[in-house]
Amino acid sequence: MNVIVCVKQIPDPATPGALDGATNTLKRDGKLILDDSDAYGVEMALQLVAAAGGGEVSLVSMAPNGETAGMRTALAMGAAKGVLVSDPALQGSDALTTAKVLAAAVKKLGGADLVIAATESSDGYTGTVPEQMAEVLGLPSVTFAKKVAVDGGTLKVDRQTESGYDEVECPLPALISVTAGVVEPRYPSFKGIMAAKSKPVDTVTAADLGVTPAGWAGAGQKISNVAQAEARQAGEVIEDDGESFGKIVAFLENLKVI
Amino acid sequence: MSVNSVWVFAQVVNGAPTSATLELLTKARSLSSNVAVFLGDDASSVASALGEFGATKVYATGNLGGKLPGVAVASAMKAIIDGGDKPDLVLFPQNYEGRDVMSRLSVKLDKTVLTNSIDVSVDGGAVSATTPIFGGNTLVTTTFTGEGPYLVAFRPKSFAAESAGGAAAEVVSVSVPDLGATGAAKVTAVHVEETTGPKLDEADIVVSGGRGLGEADKYSMVEELAKLLKGAPGASRAIVDAGWVPYSYQVGQTGKVVKPSVYIAAGISGATQHMVGMKGSKNIIAVNKDKEAPIFGIADLGIVGDVHKVLPKLIEALKGR
Repeated sequence: MNVIVCVKQIPDPATPGALDGATNTLKRDGKLILDDSDAYGVEMALQLVAAAGGGEVSLVSMAPNGETAGMRTALAMGAAKGVLVSDPALQGSDALTTAKVLAAAVKKLGGADLVIAATESSDGYTGTVPEQMAEVLGLPSVTFAKKVAVDGGTLKVDRQTESGYDEVECPLPALISVTAGVVEPRYPSFKGIMAAKSKPVDTVTAADLGVTPAGWAGAGQKISNVAQAEARQAGEVIEDDGESFGKIVAFLENLKVI
Repeated sequence: MSVNSVWVFAQVVNGAPTSATLELLTKARSLSSNVAVFLGDDASSVASALGEFGATKVYATGNLGGKLPGVAVASAMKAIIDGGDKPDLVLFPQNYEGRDVMSRLSVKLDKTVLTNSIDVSVDGGAVSATTPIFGGNTLVTTTFTGEGPYLVAFRPKSFAAESAGGAAAEVVSVSVPDLGATGAAKVTAVHVEETTGPKLDEADIVVSGGRGLGEADKYSMVEELAKLLKGAPGASRAIVDAGWVPYSYQVGQTGKVVKPSVYIAAGISGATQHMVGMKGSKNIIAVNKDKEAPIFGIADLGIVGDVHKVLPKLIEALKGR
């Protein structure tokens, strides 16, 4: 069973985000790391391939400046190879263009039995790319998978809903988006980290994939204003001296909710 | 070009339109007098409620028979658009089905999407949507370029639902086209996680617990406090991911958006993804050991202390009243 995982390489979420003054897009010029949300998909893929008794996990990613640091983390976990689409003409791409590019990268790898993505990235969180990719690839899809198994050629998924979850069955090939918590991602071993350095990552441009890079001009949207939101003011902060519960009681009484 | 026609992707639960549906309808009718609803369900029980909030027409596919709504509803929408009824703007709720339908339709129409929006405005021919980023500290307004339909998804509670006193909407049955391979996923069973007490996103008081509780068993303190206050228990993403409580408890960007009178955050540090879902609360009380925790920056009352000490005393005090 062959699985392709979509991985996003993002600025470290521990550092505050900033907008590029010229374009008002998120700055992505520093070192990029593997989006935490994608580690679950990589782990899920590795487990499914292991359970199937054969096959491999490949990666597709889109990032500026030929950045592979985040992909190397996924390769160190056990993925075999990857395709990175890196092209200045793709800067400012909207989610739809991103989906077209990643779908083309999936095709370049010869497709797969299963394509896995996170439900949304941690930095942009548009949350539409997986389902858009499925449509571009002509695949059935199950989003928000919180439990995944493959039985014969059939995918069995517990899919999160507003009120609980649905059991969904779907024949392969298919695409799924997985929630954080679907599996516990492994830490790369030292051996894995060493091996990842020599695993193949094919770096291509949009033209190599036959995709017309829409970039800014073709994104169908432009940022027209950026403003600071009205900040919520902090109130009273006190150290607990053993009696601070009384403050909470008084606060609730004052609001007449008790 | 102005906005002549607006569609709303509607959802029905237990025979009634969801609150998100009514919120979007209220906004839609302020933009256009020609508001149609698209429903991946049977419309018979909801045509009057949808009309009351401003829909003049309901396109309904009927029961989807286990098909997932994303591809099925988007295909039905595309068929109506190809048939000549083309909306200028389509509003979606930012939730599971809303996102799926919007994504599939985006590719079918080759149109961009704007998501996580909290407002939309029409100025002459220009349609713009506003989205909070960086945890809500910055508001970005994006204007569509090129031709519609413009597709926008909104966070819950972006608009207040208000009845317009309209007559029942006209129901138009639409069929779902042959979906081929894309329609192969089927729902085989539905599980509803039962909860008692008020619903999390409707409760007047919400008590949420986070990683600071230390272990899953301690979540019972949160439940007990919520019950005493006749509120609903909630949770941070961290303890949902850890499996302590079901996803339906999650407050935040990827969970529920709540705006209660009182929000009590117990052992929650205040990650951006959590704050986005609760900073609209009227009053916020936070209890956390770390005095540097971001949650204190938005709390009306902050207690720097151990939840294991503060909460039991608070519970005792409330029980004694």
